[in-house]
Amino acid sequence: MVPSDRRYTKDHEWVQVEGDVATIGITDFAQGELGDIVYVEPPESGKTVAAGDVLGTIESVKAVSELYAPVGGTVLEANVALAQAPETVNRDPHGAGWICKLRIASRAEADALLDADAYKALIG
Amino acid sequence: MSETIRTTSLNRVHREAGARMVPFAGWDMPVQYTSVLDEHMAVRTKAGLFDVSHMGEVAVRGRGALSFLQHITSNDVSRLTPGRIQYSALTTPRGTFVDDLLVYKLAEDDFLLVINAGNTPKDVAWIADHARGFDVDVADVSGRFCQLALQGPMAERILAPLTETALSAIKYYGFERGQVAGVTCLISRTGYTGEDGFELYGPWEDAERLWHALLSAGAPQGLVPAGLAARDTLRLEAKMALYGNDIDDTTTVLEADLGWILKLEKGDFIGRDALLRQKADGLTRRLVGFETEGRAVARHGYEAQHGGQAVGTVTSGSFAPFLKKNIGLAYLPLPLGEPGTRFDVSIRGRLEPAVVVPTPFYKRPR
Repeated sequence: MVPSDRRYTKDHEWVQVEGDVATIGITDFAQGELGDIVYVEPPESGKTVAAGDVLGTIESVKAVSELYAPVGGTVLEANVALAQAPETVNRDPHGAGWICKLRIASRAEADALLDADAYKALIG
Repeated sequence: MSETIRTTSLNRVHREAGARMVPFAGWDMPVQYTSVLDEHMAVRTKAGLFDVSHMGEVAVRGRGALSFLQHITSNDVSRLTPGRIQYSALTTPRGTFVDDLLVYKLAEDDFLLVINAGNTPKDVAWIADHARGFDVDVADVSGRFCQLALQGPMAERILAPLTETALSAIKYYGFERGQVAGVTCLISRTGYTGEDGFELYGPWEDAERLWHALLSAGAPQGLVPAGLAARDTLRLEAKMALYGNDIDDTTTVLEADLGWILKLEKGDFIGRDALLRQKADGLTRRLVGFETEGRAVARHGYEAQHGGQAVGTVTSGSFAPFLKKNIGLAYLPLPLGEPGTRFDVSIRGRLEPAVVVPTPFYKRPR
């Protein structure tokens, strides 16, 4: 399951750009690797990040992993529903399990990321 | 150093079942089949089936077997009668762990030791080294046995139709030889989950037959295959130590809060002097259970702090799927080990409040 309406990083995050807002989440492959997610530590609203900075932390029963910013921007909002229902990331990683939204200056960084076909090739 | 990864005789079965396979202690093992949370809850409320054929087994036989095992382990093997099992420690001269293990008394002068997979070569060498001077024969028989763990409140009901052995007559930490689905097994009422259940030791090549027979028989009762991830969260809720995490050759039996497997009055054994001295001098640290209130999980290796000072280390930590809170084990200085004591765990540079709690975290209803 790799939707073609967005871009991907080799760290298994996705980014979907609408206007100057980038929505960010982790891929279905990533949630499968992590297993049951029990906590998503979201980024603070208003925080400015560059591509590659740590945006937050995702904890599964088995492991903890960092969420990296696929593109630079300012955090507009985090998905507050995940505080009560972190398992949404397992159930619907590309939809209701989105993690945060960034305001971005341009879509150039996003366009330079992997498209769905390239990401599919990466995860085999 | 490159080592080939080993596989149990159920490897193909796990892959066909869609298990996520990971390298563990040199073995390619199923970490989960569907979800660690679901598998954990199945074991607590119904039953789960684990392939733990990676565990090592060592046969110790001969007229000197009892005195030899008294010499290398901390528990009192003379208290074992045939058909009974003992949890124990293989101790170093410092009173620390070479490994933790189960000692099965098969018959007079005939014992089977069950040891951790990752420690098997080290343990076998250690045991053989110390056997000199004893009238005893030591053999690594790990390759002969598969081991399946059927765990959960439904375990006896699931196993009963597959065997003529009277299961209700097998008490906790007891075993019988018997047939399960036509396979000759040691049927052992033991486990690493905090639930009732059985560990079945059968011929290596019969694992598949046992596995399928158990899963078919147990399906109506809700039996599911369960992986190593659930095994780890289950044993942590029950506060069962994991070698390499909570205990190793730097932690003594007393520090690990396992005084009940230490029988200092039984006579001399490796590590006894050090443990007597530690007991007389008083412990400086002890393994205790704790809970954290925040959502972040305190994991193995994280630092425990008190009043801004580093005071210890977290050895195990996880979200506890049945208890639905974050729990862990840590070595803390004695005065801080009392239930109710507050301390902090440094989680990614932030201090998260933690409180010492009584253990086990989970005790099954009886």
